[in-house]
Amino acid sequence: MSTILELDGVTKNFVKRLDAAAKLARRLGADVKEEVVHAVDGVSLKIAAGEVVGLVGESGCGKSTLGRMVAGIMEPTAGDIRYKDRIVSAMEKQAGRETALAIQMIFQDPFASLNPRMRVQDIIGEAPILHGVTSRADAADYVAQVMERVGLDPEYRKRYPHQFSGGQRQRIGIARALAVKPEFLVCDEAIAALDVSIQAQVINLFMDLREDLDLTYLFISHDLSVVEHISDRVVIMYLGRIVEIASTEDIFDSANHPYTQALLNEVPRLDVRGFDYQPIAGEIPSPLDPPPGCHFHPRCPHATARCREERPQLREIAPGRVSACHLNDG
Amino acid sequence: MTDDTPTLQVENLETHFFTKDGVAKAVDGVSFSVGRGEIMGLVGESGSGKSVTGFSILGLVDPPGKVVGGKVLFQGTDLLSLDDEGLRRLRGNRIAMIFQDPMMTLNPVLRVDTQMIETVRAHDPSVSVDEARARSRDALGQVGIPSPDERLRAYPHQFSGGMRQRVAIAIALLNKPDLIIADEPTTALDVTIQGQILYEAQKLCRDTGTALIWITHDLAVIAGLADKISVMYAGRIVEQGALDEVLDHPAHPYTRGLLGSVPGHNTRGKRLYQIPGMTPSLLKLPKGCAFKDRCPHADQACEDAPEITRPVEGRALRCVHPQVDLAGVAS
Ligand SMILES: Nc1ncnc2c1ncn2[C@@H]1O[C@H](COP(=O)(O)OP(=O)(O)OP(=O)(O)O)[C@@H](O)[C@H]1O
Ligand SMILES: Nc1ncnc2c1ncn2[C@@H]1O[C@H](COP(=O)(O)OP(=O)(O)O)[C@@H](O)[C@H]1O
Ligand code: SF4
Ligand code: SF4
Ligand SMILES: [Mg+2]
Ligand SMILES: [Mg+2]
Repeated sequence: MSTILELDGVTKNFVKRLDAAAKLARRLGADVKEEVVHAVDGVSLKIAAGEVVGLVGESGCGKSTLGRMVAGIMEPTAGDIRYKDRIVSAMEKQAGRETALAIQMIFQDPFASLNPRMRVQDIIGEAPILHGVTSRADAADYVAQVMERVGLDPEYRKRYPHQFSGGQRQRIGIARALAVKPEFLVCDEAIAALDVSIQAQVINLFMDLREDLDLTYLFISHDLSVVEHISDRVVIMYLGRIVEIASTEDIFDSANHPYTQALLNEVPRLDVRGFDYQPIAGEIPSPLDPPPGCHFHPRCPHATARCREERPQLREIAPGRVSACHLNDG
Repeated sequence: MTDDTPTLQVENLETHFFTKDGVAKAVDGVSFSVGRGEIMGLVGESGSGKSVTGFSILGLVDPPGKVVGGKVLFQGTDLLSLDDEGLRRLRGNRIAMIFQDPMMTLNPVLRVDTQMIETVRAHDPSVSVDEARARSRDALGQVGIPSPDERLRAYPHQFSGGMRQRVAIAIALLNKPDLIIADEPTTALDVTIQGQILYEAQKLCRDTGTALIWITHDLAVIAGLADKISVMYAGRIVEQGALDEVLDHPAHPYTRGLLGSVPGHNTRGKRLYQIPGMTPSLLKLPKGCAFKDRCPHADQACEDAPEITRPVEGRALRCVHPQVDLAGVAS
């Protein structure tokens, strides 16, 4: 399979504004004027055409920020994003526009991401008309076709978003993304707000679309069961950095990184009854002030002096499998 | 009250909303009991009446809603017969609720320490302010809030949504109540934080005999946590029983559909089961069994609303075509 998307040392820093920083400084008891959040810290990753890559990590670890940079909604502070072997930020106008259309993002909150004053036919039809994917004359047929594709009755095309259920609204969001014929979908917690029975419908839809349209997915979720179900490969992030990448089987059957192991230990499963939940070992660090060396060392049961000082690099530990932990140095 | 009186016993609870468009029977004859140290999972899709059940127990239903029938016995006392003052004294003291929205617990204009110290001292005025502050700090630590000393001096808006929920949970745990009703408290939290909170909840139930009702639509959480489970659909309990019994031998088509639609280990790459159709509006429920239009086993017999049956000890079911022979399974 050929690489469709490549991230090379991608970094995003946010500088917190002074008033917010002042509050934070007070809260943290620190004497700092300006705070820099390393939301994404030197991330490198290759995604093959047609692949579904799950992106997992705790709240605030930088998943959405990474997803937004991939979707072109946000510029990296440093590093390169290559789409089909070309650096996105260096593309000339036309190629840049095509890439922006080719990579679409689907958001968590189906309601907040839809304009409440627009009819569904315009929400779905606006971008394809603007970009010449369909003509104004053919737009009605085209919108009906896309609506059917995601399981929405085209009869509803004159309705407004508030007239739909949560699951239907998420389908509208998916239809809007599909209408510009994308190749790559970034799904950011795209099913988190839905009920279980509706989640199943939307997960099945994503899988059908992948089959039928040869889509590639970056699938961001804090729900590990969903990620296990849908992904070919899984990327684990912790405080802005990737700590492990492996096939779904390897991650879920034999995780290498101590953080991945800790995460998987806590995943509730239908077949595990009377589970003895465990408290989190150590302190939960702030992304504003990540611990030195291995970010995970305050919570890691295997941490040594070296872990407190030296940052572990992502290293290949088996073909197609990388992990950033000093334990792998044997 | 004897020792084996359940902490909470709900009998035929009915809560209706009298809206312009008609009467919505949000809770329509719900019964269950939870004993000391016991954990009951209450599951069902959104709109099935889980939250309204919780609000009804605590006397928190506002107009146009009204509890119109049933009994809510807390340690033998009927809460529905208590006046507002009596109820308020129990809430935040012997009974705590953790809401879906943490701002229902938190006061936006008060610092977290003020609220927590007040909660401790309302329960036991002999506790000194310093002691109350120390307990509050420990409670924040228990729900995984970093630097609890600093955080005590913050206002609710200075926390992220997930942290606010953790503060609300810490407040609920503060006085070690006899009953906690937790309404989807961890749905938006990470698995590690959720694990920490479930650890504290479990510990409280085991160590102090707190009875816990955990409301959620996440069946996997219930599987790891609960002793028994009640499944709600359109205002009614459709299946109820010991956790293993219900999860391993689900008899109601809706329970089976829910369990089938959970992704996980054994579903990798396969299609998930989808319950067809959508949750019906309470104002337009089908005649007979409310699940009829979505049920693969519906037939003529389902035209009459099925009554609750108790095929075996401890099991309740509302379906005319149970999908397993419960009497056979039990023996
Ligand atoms: N616009 C911004 N300005 C300042 N800081 C930001 C901004 N966006 C994100 N951050 C910070 O960057 C870090 C990563 O945020 P991000 O939204 O990518 O997290 P996430 O992994 O998607 O978390 P969640 O699971 O809660 O959605 C966080 O510390 C966050 O507070
Ligand atoms: N204030 C209200 N007015 C009218 N109907 C209400 C009100 N609050 C809740 N309901 C209805 O009661 C039913 C049950 O709601 P709820 O208990 O919140 O469901 P759940 O918690 O299971 O998602 C829903 O149909 C809801 O629309
Ligand atoms: S590098 Fe050290 S602290 Fe980090 S995960 Fe590995 S053993 Fe733990
Ligand atoms: S009573 Fe009939 S329609 Fe209702 S759940 Fe049972 S089989 Fe299905
Ligand atoms: Mg996010
Ligand atoms: Mg609710």
